[in-house]
Amino acid sequence: MTRAPLRVPREALLALIVLGIVLAVGARAPVFLTLRNALDVGNDSAILVVLVMGQIPVLLTRGVDLSVASNLALTGMLCALAGKAWPGLPLPAFLLMAVGIGALLGAANGWLITRFFLPSIVVTLGTMSIYRGAIFVASGGAWVSDQDIHPLIKGLPRDTLLGLPAPWWVAAAVVAGMAWLLRWRREGRELYAYGGNAVAANYAGIPIRGRLTMAYTISGALAGLAGLLWVGRYSIAFTELASGYELTVIAACVIGGVSIGGGVGTVGGALLGVLFIGVINAALPVIQVSPFWQQAIAGFVILVSVMLNSRAQRQAGRQILERDGGLAQGGTT
Amino acid sequence: MKALDTWERVLIALVALVYLGFGLTIHGFLAPFAIADSTTNMSEKGIIALAMALLVVAGEIDLSIAATMGICSLAMGMAMRAGAGLPQMLLAAGAAGIACGALNGWLVTRWQLPSIVVTIGTLSLYRGLAQVVLGDQAITGYPERLSTWGNGTLGDLVDRPGLIVPIEFGVWLVAAAAVGLLLHLTVHGRRIYAIGANRIAARFSGISVDRYRFALFVFSGLMAALAAVLLTGRIGSTRPNLALGWELEAVTIVILGGVAIEGGRGSIVGTVLAAVLLGSFTFGLGMLNVSGIVMAMIVGALLVVSMVLPRWLKYGALLRRVRVA
Repeated sequence: MTRAPLRVPREALLALIVLGIVLAVGARAPVFLTLRNALDVGNDSAILVVLVMGQIPVLLTRGVDLSVASNLALTGMLCALAGKAWPGLPLPAFLLMAVGIGALLGAANGWLITRFFLPSIVVTLGTMSIYRGAIFVASGGAWVSDQDIHPLIKGLPRDTLLGLPAPWWVAAAVVAGMAWLLRWRREGRELYAYGGNAVAANYAGIPIRGRLTMAYTISGALAGLAGLLWVGRYSIAFTELASGYELTVIAACVIGGVSIGGGVGTVGGALLGVLFIGVINAALPVIQVSPFWQQAIAGFVILVSVMLNSRAQRQAGRQILERDGGLAQGGTT
Repeated sequence: MKALDTWERVLIALVALVYLGFGLTIHGFLAPFAIADSTTNMSEKGIIALAMALLVVAGEIDLSIAATMGICSLAMGMAMRAGAGLPQMLLAAGAAGIACGALNGWLVTRWQLPSIVVTIGTLSLYRGLAQVVLGDQAITGYPERLSTWGNGTLGDLVDRPGLIVPIEFGVWLVAAAAVGLLLHLTVHGRRIYAIGANRIAARFSGISVDRYRFALFVFSGLMAALAAVLLTGRIGSTRPNLALGWELEAVTIVILGGVAIEGGRGSIVGTVLAAVLLGSFTFGLGMLNVSGIVMAMIVGALLVVSMVLPRWLKYGALLRRVRVA
């Protein structure tokens, strides 16, 4: 990965904006600055963090995984049904099941994409509908509601360890794992290489198909894990669960500076993106703005952040020789 | 690019198969009224799929097209509430569509952003704005004329009750013919293919690439407005979730129609046939009482299969060679 001199200030800028929003909202409603509220924002964001961590490796390879929300819902539903059918299952079994089913669904995406050289956006568009429909087929269209959800699944998001709720720990473990993969592991570095220049990566001998399949499998596995957390937290599983949430996941990535164009993005930036969305969502009701604004604001922020990104990347991309000061951005065609 | 290639022939065969298969198994599927009814199922989606096809051929995509429909319908409703007549309402819808498309086009061309990111952002923005204005309310009470356009038949217009072709279907066919002629028989169409095949080479051969891309996004907004007028007329109301998820159906139609997602290949004939195929197929499943979500699943599977199959057959040999190398 090349050094992009403008990216560090960009993340700092995002952090400052988030801090500014928090302080501004806190000034109007002091309840927003309490520890209780911070914990709530964290609990709400933990699932999004897990999903975003899965989306990063896919985005790094110039792909996109639109099927994560359907994957989450399908895995969540299957776990809920399994819990209903076999009340004796221990928690590790649920975790294994969620990650396993999710990984399988993700690997199916990866297989289709690499085996047939298909664009990921269309493949995952297709599997998005397929997985969503499979929930209906599996559940017969019925809801699994509160009393039928296995107590262990329900308990998972409410367990605490050292004073922090379990979703925090799950999210933290996933973040640490992903940071390790992307920063220290060869497999992770190769994702950046492939996203930066696919042809060069091929010539350099990177096993592209294997790496791509890995990226989609990880995305699927984490979506499955998120599904278990989601069903536990909201204590319900139904066909339309988390419908449309894939756009929020991508929004968080894009806001956090993970480029859809591939090869650029960090775990830290994406975390800030999640934090931004979490803070906005929590702040709107506090300052008595209609929650209907949520989606419009998210859209607006996506556009602004990609516009900022494009300024940064245009200068970096066109420059062939190292040059002090740099040229002004190239003219548009 | 031939208008009637192998893939189009496959689609014709599939459409025939659907009508034959359902016609033999479902009583009344082939009744003239049922067939006429099945076309309303595909016309509005077919209209936005036309614009989507042009964009995808040019190597772009517009995921905000259904959200734009929501904005157009909202503009109509607000114009009506402000006391405007039908012409002004149509004007409002058209202007809203053009504005939405122009914003997409401006972001894509001026800021050199990938259209998928831009339109995911504007999808969220447009849908969100419609939600902010409407909340959980709906606008109703549209004039009778609008309802006629959405629900009526061409026979109603020319006073011939025997002509039961829905107006929507007629509008779609006219639009398809116009777009098809543009893409397949004019220099502009050739340039759109050129842009999709290689944008940089197209620019160097003197095509004003960004002007075309901008125009295509505006056109997409305009078609969304047209579809929104028909849909609003048909259901008689404006809701924040109007045409929710239709952008994905439009993409499915386009891909199923044989347009290459990477751009530069595809035809309007294929797109129209794919819309007919999906429309008649889901209509038949509806008559069989299959739930909508299962239909969506089948459509998704169709999408994947329609991409995998040609590559499996055509490039199978090539793939094997690549893997050995």
